[in-house]
Amino acid sequence: MKSQVAGGPVAQLVGIAKSFAHNRVLDDVTLTLEAGRVHVLAGENGAGKSTLIKVLTGIEPQDAGDILIDGRPVEFNGPGDARALGIAVVHQELSLVPDLTVADNLMLGVEPRHRGGRLDFRSARENAVAALNRVGASLSPGVRVGQLSVGEQQLIEIARALSEDPRLLVLDEPTAALSQKEAGHLLGIVEELRAQGLAILYISHRMEEIHRLADHVTVLRDGHVADSMPRADMSEDRIVTSMVGRPVNDLYDHGRGSAQGEVRLSVRGLRSGVVQETSLEVRAGEVVGLAGIVGAGRSELCRLIAGFDRADGGEVTVDGQRVDIARAGGAAGADIAMLPESRKAQGLFLGMSIADNVCMGTALAKRRFGGTSPSRLRTAAKPLADRLRVRATSLDQPVGELSGGNQQKVLLARCLAKKPTVLILDEPTRGVDIGAKADIYGLINDIATQGVAVILISSELPEVLGMSDRVLVMHQRRIVAELTGKDMTEEHIVRYATGLVRKQVEPVEVNS
Amino acid sequence: MNDIVAAEHERAVDSSRPTAPKRMRLHAGLSTLADRLGVAIALIVLVVLFALVAPYFLTVVNLLDVARQISVTAILGAGLTFVIMTAGIDLSVGSAVGVTAFAAVSLTLDGAPAPLALAVALLAGFAVGLINGVLVAKLGLAAFIVTLAALTYLRGVTYVGTGGTTMFSTHLSYSVLGQGSVLGIPVPIVVMAAVFAIGWYVLERTVFGRWVHAVGGNAEAARLAGIPVRRVLVTVYVISGLCAGIGGILSSAKLQSAVPDLGTGYELSAIAAVVLGGTSLMGGRGSLIGTLVGAAIIGVLVNGLTLLDVSSFYQQIIQGVVIVMAVGLDRLRTRNAVTEGA
Repeated sequence: MKSQVAGGPVAQLVGIAKSFAHNRVLDDVTLTLEAGRVHVLAGENGAGKSTLIKVLTGIEPQDAGDILIDGRPVEFNGPGDARALGIAVVHQELSLVPDLTVADNLMLGVEPRHRGGRLDFRSARENAVAALNRVGASLSPGVRVGQLSVGEQQLIEIARALSEDPRLLVLDEPTAALSQKEAGHLLGIVEELRAQGLAILYISHRMEEIHRLADHVTVLRDGHVADSMPRADMSEDRIVTSMVGRPVNDLYDHGRGSAQGEVRLSVRGLRSGVVQETSLEVRAGEVVGLAGIVGAGRSELCRLIAGFDRADGGEVTVDGQRVDIARAGGAAGADIAMLPESRKAQGLFLGMSIADNVCMGTALAKRRFGGTSPSRLRTAAKPLADRLRVRATSLDQPVGELSGGNQQKVLLARCLAKKPTVLILDEPTRGVDIGAKADIYGLINDIATQGVAVILISSELPEVLGMSDRVLVMHQRRIVAELTGKDMTEEHIVRYATGLVRKQVEPVEVNS
Repeated sequence: MNDIVAAEHERAVDSSRPTAPKRMRLHAGLSTLADRLGVAIALIVLVVLFALVAPYFLTVVNLLDVARQISVTAILGAGLTFVIMTAGIDLSVGSAVGVTAFAAVSLTLDGAPAPLALAVALLAGFAVGLINGVLVAKLGLAAFIVTLAALTYLRGVTYVGTGGTTMFSTHLSYSVLGQGSVLGIPVPIVVMAAVFAIGWYVLERTVFGRWVHAVGGNAEAARLAGIPVRRVLVTVYVISGLCAGIGGILSSAKLQSAVPDLGTGYELSAIAAVVLGGTSLMGGRGSLIGTLVGAAIIGVLVNGLTLLDVSSFYQQIIQGVVIVMAVGLDRLRTRNAVTEGA
C-alpha cells in the first residue's frame, strides 16, 4: 500500500468541474501530485482552491472529471474513502474539540483500547507524544486544546493528519495563523516529509513559502488553471500576475510622510491577568506595528485597549480624554475601533447580509424610534462597501457566501463606520488574497493620512515592517523593544520576539 | 410556473445592482424565494389535499374557524420566535397563559373594570418574562432550566389562585375579545394579525430586531460590535411573556372563565409552529411569517383530519409525523442551498 519511491504520480486530477447551484466553481482543473514532491496550489480566495481540496478528499463529489490514484480512477463516497487510500488533509479551519485534551484530540476515532473496550490511557498518551514529536511540538498531551494558541492547535491538526500514515498530505494554508517562527518550523517539517517520499499538495499564497517549498506551482483563478509551472520556470512575477490577472507592484509602498501629529492614543500601565503592565502612545496619522510570536500577548493587549476584555488596572486616554475601558465594547464610544483576530468567530454574522454586517452596532441606518429598513441599511453601507471594494452580487448577499478577503473587507467597513480616531487591526490580512491585501493596505494608508492613530498586529514580518512607522515587539506578554528607522529589520524583530535579546528589564516607557 | 417566478424575480432584482452577472442574480433571487416559501409549500399542499377530499374544508366559515383556533398558539409562537432567534427557549408560555388568565378573570370577578384587569394580566406576563430574562441573561442560567422551572411554579400559582376549580363568569366584561368580531372577522384573529404585524415590524424593521438576529447568529461578535447583548436577551423574554399575557386574555375571554390547567401543553404546539416555520433552534435564522405558516399547518391538519372523521388518537400520530417530515424537508432544502464560500 505504501510506496516510498520519489517521482511516481500518486494522485491525478483530470478535468475536474464542479458547480454549486448555478455557480461554476471549478472548470476543467487538471493537476498531478507525485511522491516526494511539493505541489503548491496558489490563487486568490474564491478561486476554487478549497473546493478542489474538498473534491480531492472526498468531501464533495465532482460534477465531471476523474480522480486517479496510482493511475486507476477512483470514486469517493465520502471523506472516509479518500482517507482509506492514504489522502490526509489539514483544513484551514481548525477542527479540534476545544474541551478535550491534546491527547484526546490526537486519538479521536483511533483510541487505543484494552480488551473489553476500556481506553488504554498509557498508549494514548504515548501515541500522542510520538505524534507531537513528529511535528516538533513540545506540548503536554494533558492540556485542554482550548487553552492553546491557534498556532499550537495547527500543529496538533498536522500531527493528527500524519498519524494516519498518509501517502498524500494536503495542507490548506497551514501557516496562515502561525507566527514567523512557527511557520518556519512547519516548512521544515514539510521538507522533511517530502524527503520521506510523501506527496504534498500545499495551498498558499505566501511568496516566501512558494519559493522555499514548491517543486511545481499551479495557479487557480476563477475556477480554472490560470498557469502551471515547474520550479525551473517559476518566478514571483509570473505567479502573482497569473493569480491576480494583472501585475501588482509595490504592495507596501505607503508614501506617507513621517507622522508628527499629536498623541491620540495613550496607554499607561494597562494590565490584566494575561498582559503585564504596558504603556504606549500612538500619534495621529501614525501606524504602529505590533510584532511578536503567537501567544506573546499582542491581541490580549489590544483587546484591553479596545475594551473587549476588562483590564485589572491602568488607563487609556484618547485625545487626552480618559476612556471607560471597563465597559465591554465601551471603547467604541471613545472612538476606538478594533478589527478582531478571528473574523468568523468574533466579528461577522455569517447568515446576515453585507449591509446588516456593516451597519451592526454603529449609528448607521437608524430612523427615529429605532426603526430601520433593508434599503436604508443598503444605502448606509454602500459608500463603505464601495470604498473597500467589496465584491458581491448585492449588498443583500449573506456574508457567509463571500470569500475570506471580502469578509474581512466587510468587517473593516464596520470599523470605519464607527468613524474611529484609533483603529486597531489584528491580523487584518490573514487568509486574505493578494488583491484584497493591496486594498486593505491602501485603506490603512488612507485613514492614517486622515489622522487616525493605527495599531497593526501582524505576524507577517514584511507586512508589519512595510506598513508601520514604528514597530513595538512583544515577548512573553510585554513590550520588549521599540524599533524605528534603520532598526526596523526582520532580524531585529525576530531576535526580540523570540527572547534572544532583552533590551530592557523594566516595562518600557515609550515616548513617541 | 418556474419561468413565471423567474421572470418576476428578475424584475425585482433588476434595480438592485446592475454589475452582477445575470445568471447569478437570478440564482440568488430564486433561492431567497424558496427560502421565503419554504414550508408554505407544505401548507398549500395540505390545503389542496383537504379541499379535494373534504368539500366543507374550503369554506369561509371553516377557514375563519381554523384561524381562530390557531390564534393563541400563533401569538405564543410569535413571542417564542424572538426568544428562539437568540438561541434561547421559553417553556413557560403555556403556564403563563394560565396565570395571566387567572389574573384577568379573578380581578373581573372582584369587580375591577375590564381595562384594569387586562392591564394587570399583561403586566403579569411582562413580569414573568422579566424574571425569566434576568435569570437567563444576567445570571447566565440555562434558558431551558429557568423556563422549565417557571412552567412548574406558574402552574402551581394558578392552582393555588383558582383553588383548583374553574372560575366562571356568565358575563365576563371583556368576553367580546374572545367571542366578538370586527367586520365579520373574529377578534382573536384580528389580535393575532396585529401581534404579527407589530412583531414583524420590530424584528425586521428596527435596529433592535437586527440586534436579535445578530445575538442569535454570533453572540460574541455582537458583544464586540458594541451591542447590549444582555439587554437584548432580557427583552426577548419580556416579549414572550407579553405574548403569553395576550394569549391568556384571549383564552379566558373565549371560555369566559379561568380553568386551572388552561394553557397546559401550549408551549409545545407553539414551539412546533416556530420550528415548522423554519426558525433555527440554534438561533440567528428565522421569521415570524414562517411561524404563522407553521401554526397554520398545525391548525389545518387538525381541522382537516377532524372533518375527515379521523380519531384524535390518530391525529396526534399524524401531527407528529408531519412535523418531523416538514422540518426534515426544510433541513434538506437548506443544506442544498448552502453555497460555497471559497
